[in-house]
Amino acid sequence: MAATPLKVRRHRRGSGGTPPRPVGRSVWRSVRGLYRVMRANPLTFIGFLLVAIILILALIVIVDPALIVPYGAAQNTGVYKQPPTLLQWPPSIQHPFGTDQGGLDIYSEVMLALPLDLGIGIGIAAFALIAGGALGLIAGFWDQPRTLGGALSVVIMRTTDVFLAFPSLVLALAIVASIGRGVWAAILAIMITWWPYYVRLVRGETLAVKHLPYVTAARAAGVRDTRILTRHVLRNVLEPVVVYFTLDIGTVLVTFSTISFVGAGIPFPGKVPEWGSMMSFYQQNYVLSTYWWYITFPAIAIFMSALAFSLLGDGLRDVLDPRTRRALAESSSFHEPPAEVPQPAATPDAAEAEEEEIEEEAREAGVAA
Amino acid sequence: MGRSLEDLIIFILKRFLQLLPVLLGVIVLTFLVTHVAAIDPCPRWYQKASLAVINHCKAQFALPLWTQFWNYFTQLLSGNWGTSPLGVPVYPVISAAFPATLELVLTSMFLMIFIGIPLGVIAAQFAGRWGDHLVRVLYLSGWSIPTYVGAIIAAVFLAPFLGLPTSGEYSAPPPFPQVTHMSVVDAIIALNFPYTIDALSHLILPAGVLAFIEMGNATRMTRSAMLEVLPLEYVKSARMKGLSNFVVLYKHALRNALITATTVLGVTAGGLLAGTVVIEEVFGWPGIGAYAFAVLGGGGRPDFDGAIAVVVVFAIGVVVANLIADILYGVLDPRVEWR
Repeated sequence: MAATPLKVRRHRRGSGGTPPRPVGRSVWRSVRGLYRVMRANPLTFIGFLLVAIILILALIVIVDPALIVPYGAAQNTGVYKQPPTLLQWPPSIQHPFGTDQGGLDIYSEVMLALPLDLGIGIGIAAFALIAGGALGLIAGFWDQPRTLGGALSVVIMRTTDVFLAFPSLVLALAIVASIGRGVWAAILAIMITWWPYYVRLVRGETLAVKHLPYVTAARAAGVRDTRILTRHVLRNVLEPVVVYFTLDIGTVLVTFSTISFVGAGIPFPGKVPEWGSMMSFYQQNYVLSTYWWYITFPAIAIFMSALAFSLLGDGLRDVLDPRTRRALAESSSFHEPPAEVPQPAATPDAAEAEEEEIEEEAREAGVAA
Repeated sequence: MGRSLEDLIIFILKRFLQLLPVLLGVIVLTFLVTHVAAIDPCPRWYQKASLAVINHCKAQFALPLWTQFWNYFTQLLSGNWGTSPLGVPVYPVISAAFPATLELVLTSMFLMIFIGIPLGVIAAQFAGRWGDHLVRVLYLSGWSIPTYVGAIIAAVFLAPFLGLPTSGEYSAPPPFPQVTHMSVVDAIIALNFPYTIDALSHLILPAGVLAFIEMGNATRMTRSAMLEVLPLEYVKSARMKGLSNFVVLYKHALRNALITATTVLGVTAGGLLAGTVVIEEVFGWPGIGAYAFAVLGGGGRPDFDGAIAVVVVFAIGVVVANLIADILYGVLDPRVEWR
């Protein structure tokens, strides 16, 4: 134990003798990794493209709506109304998604809702990731019974179990009904109900990672707990959680729009349109088999956004899950000629990358030791 | 071994006891949401009620928190779940609606298992090829469609096309007594064949939509369980014996994969129950979901006691489904020791 302080000092930032890590190389590696994922499954690539398109569209709407939203915000403030002859028109060239009875151009409404819906989806999932992730790390890392951390861990997990017992939609609806309707109430309600799954996921990953040899090595070298947690455990936990996060954005989008549809969200027609409340309004007030375009296009918008994130997230999860990955390789090599094996690790550059990974891990362990 | 009958009873009892803290937590959290989180809840919950009712409510909320909790807790346990602002008692309404929801959820679970799991097998069989991709697009589509959109598409566009009814449990009030309050079961008990067909045709669309939307988990879990099982030696030897592909996949491999897939029951219970809120409303199904839509939704009649009851009942549903899944897993997987 006498040598411990010395080694800890060596470990401190900036004083170590290890060469600085080449940043460009690791970026290149992750780009190459992404490329391999895309090549392994065309659907993941489609999802990636869709996500990119949706994000760019949302960005354009935020920066300068006039570029792609012809009637823009003007029609929501009542400044611009379609002429009476254009009321309730089915899709046409001027109005690709048609117009409604109030004279709103539905295409503009759908586009204007994009940043809000997307922001809600990403924001709530990110909050759940950070809050639930932090609790999961704590619960997984300090789980020795009869310690302060152990007690805290038990409290966290019991609370999580209780939250997981509720269907999140129902609990969110109850929260909204109790604290009052409106967009902020709906957002708050989903935030409160969404984090528990991340606790469970991150705790499981942490428990699996924290007894791996490199963590034990770091511990043996006398690295502080908090540092092991942030530097060694967190990094390995991050990957599966971020993948789940990608998949989750779509689910949040769908759930928020459902809450909004049930009648807890933003009033439509209002200043800022939202897909769920838009569909709720049209569904309650019009015969949808006649005015099919009222609901079809907002529905397609929400479906495509959710599907984009789901395709990307599901594909990533498949490739990054070592169990499925290994099984995929073995099962397909069994009854298929090896040339057709859809297995990224079978290609030379992948093998090389994996070697690099191991090397890096060794280096990291070296830094720690 | 620890797998005798007494061990099983101990195993089930133990699981049941482990539930009690969760159930207590459910009751406490519901209390926090309905009693503590709300700022001046009385006017909101009793919009159309008389001044006397609102004043009574205000007096209730002025009590100390502990007394409020005790009143709420004893009311919940006694089975007297309060009344709606219009004077309708909550408990009889919910207990009458429960079988209809159970019927809907069980039917869609059945559809989910008999469509979703074979789809997972197909995806694993064609892993990385077009069959796999098609299945993935299918279950991710269900995943990405909001429940109400799926329900509206089915009710407005699909139902006229297929000639299916879209509202209620029967086309005409049934002439036989409703013993179980499950439409199909009642018709079968009464041996009334036309009404059985009628009830089935009312049930299939809402249950189908619900199953399609929640199918993703079943298919995905079956697929990854199959992918884990397929490379194992016993599957290879089954192939080498010359068994047909179908027998190898569905008899030898799926049997093992299904053990993992039982967890689907617990995982999807929450989604299925939450789905009923919208599905039952759109299809006019007289279950707890439609009741929840009325008491929790924006349009209808806010109902304080009803909201509490609905939330607690849904949570208990999820907990019980997880208990059943847990026990089923323990029974099916011979590696699990019951002690």
